Amino acid sequence: MRLFTHNMLSSNIKGVANGFPLRIEVDQVVEKQVDFNPDFLRNMFPKLEWKALVDAARTMGYTELPEEADSSMLESEEFLRKLHHALLEIHLEEGALVCPETGRKFPVNKGIPNMLLHEDEV
Amino acid sequence: MWYLCVFYHRLLSYRRAEVESLAEMFGVFSSLEWRLPENQHPDSPFHLVNLPSEDIARNIANRSILVKGIYELWGEGSSFEQLEEAIKSYPEDRKLPYLTCETTFKVTVDSFGKAISFQEQNDRIKSLAYIPFKGRVNLKNPDINFWLMETDDYGAPNGLPPVVQKRIFFGRLVGGADRKLLPTYQLKSRRYLGPTAMDAEMAFLMANQALVMPGKLVYDPFVGTGSILVAAAHFGAMTMGADIDIRAVRDGRGPDCNVWSNFKQYGLPLPVALLRADNNLPPWRSGLKEIFDAIICDPPYGVRAGGRKSGGRKLLKGIVGPYTVPDDKRTDHIPSTAPYSLAECVHDLLDLAARMLVMGGRLVYFYPVLREDDVMENHFPEHQCFKLIASSEQILSSRYSRVLVTMVKTGSYTDKVAEAAKIKHQEFKENYVKWLEHGNLHSSVFGPAHLHLGEETDSKLCKELKPKYRGKYV
Repeated sequence: MRLFTHNMLSSNIKGVANGFPLRIEVDQVVEKQVDFNPDFLRNMFPKLEWKALVDAARTMGYTELPEEADSSMLESEEFLRKLHHALLEIHLEEGALVCPETGRKFPVNKGIPNMLLHEDEV
Repeated sequence: MWYLCVFYHRLLSYRRAEVESLAEMFGVFSSLEWRLPENQHPDSPFHLVNLPSEDIARNIANRSILVKGIYELWGEGSSFEQLEEAIKSYPEDRKLPYLTCETTFKVTVDSFGKAISFQEQNDRIKSLAYIPFKGRVNLKNPDINFWLMETDDYGAPNGLPPVVQKRIFFGRLVGGADRKLLPTYQLKSRRYLGPTAMDAEMAFLMANQALVMPGKLVYDPFVGTGSILVAAAHFGAMTMGADIDIRAVRDGRGPDCNVWSNFKQYGLPLPVALLRADNNLPPWRSGLKEIFDAIICDPPYGVRAGGRKSGGRKLLKGIVGPYTVPDDKRTDHIPSTAPYSLAECVHDLLDLAARMLVMGGRLVYFYPVLREDDVMENHFPEHQCFKLIASSEQILSSRYSRVLVTMVKTGSYTDKVAEAAKIKHQEFKENYVKWLEHGNLHSSVFGPAHLHLGEETDSKLCKELKPKYRGKYV
């Protein structure tokens, strides 16, 4: 699971008001190289929850992202490279996503988050 | 300018829709004008289309799956004499640049509905001597490709659309589909397959309907073995898929036989994300919207595979009180799922698309239709945020067909729309047994005939009246 995905997901358990951002429990992180696509990054930047991304990247051991970011920074190749790395190249291979409100763990195995709810959470 | 557009004789109602989508992709924003050549049936492979430039025509043709060729038409006629007259009166300044001595050329003779012997082909090429070809012939790699095509009523019923009268066309090829893609991507050589993997040709058509281009983000909420996303990735899109079946997205059939390996097999970029999620209760954070450029999918409609959603036993037994999972079993608990009715599935899909597609983004999906119903546009699901662009039928059996529905997002996802969707979601939940029985396609398709046909003799009669020929009623 890339951090791009993490930035989109929340806990949708019935009754949970604020299921975002999911806390990341890390068992194994892998890095995979992905072709750099600045247009894609520029398109996605306005959709991101920046703070959630910075915190998630830190949990995964990547601390290069600035605390605050705005669209003027998209001019900088250096910034885009960092964003690219954080968003697309760091994968949570094994671990869990934890609902901030209930503590329910959504397991991540073989890089696939399992977001299916139990019967009593629907 | 008007071009001759010759189609492969396949998937007849997909053909114009594909060209129209590709025209938009390559910058034509008004609707296309079409004409039929004289004496041609709408199901004929020969169509005339008005396109703004040759570059656009070439781009459309080369990207398409069903266009055999788009041609600059130099002449047509009902006889070779008429053809000669037409070619001679075609403006010189349009012809001469392609007839100079510096260019190499080739003439291909083709016919629709009958094979022409090699001898006849040669005779026909020789009969074109009135065209002042100055260049050298190059059969392998010519600069200019000329095509002489004809169709005729060859008498014996050959299972093709009716032709009233002979028609001959001569034109210069501008571009055509690269169907070499299809053997490359054919399912029989794909490593990881499921029972409903999408045929490669159809997957490419779906990607074209969705205007898939490099850098776009494409989502498939019923990803399965990834067969639709493979086609999207081939056209350069970033892909993302979800499925409720964890075996499909996570495990596959082993380390080198899963969704990822299907992308690796063709050297395509891997999906940005695969996850296990329920289309009925999507896990997207609130506030997230307008992120996908296209949503392409083949929803489970209960004929070959039924849909599933969260919340199995509780719903099935009709227990009102909460079904609880004991705390000590929570960690490894495998949640059961409940059947997912087609109506609810499509409602959820439209709601998801309305929220998650960018403005102008496309939703492309298959919708099943019982063939006793007359296919009419207003039978397809509607949504206030969407406009229907195309519906193309593919007949699967005498009982049912599936229609590829292409919709474009034209309205934004307001709080009001979201609220209405929520109420509907609740209604599905409360009347869930009713919705499952309503529109149970499986029994209509596989049940005894008299159950749904009513007066059998009538329907038999009307079925025989329908024209049957290759490409349409197969």
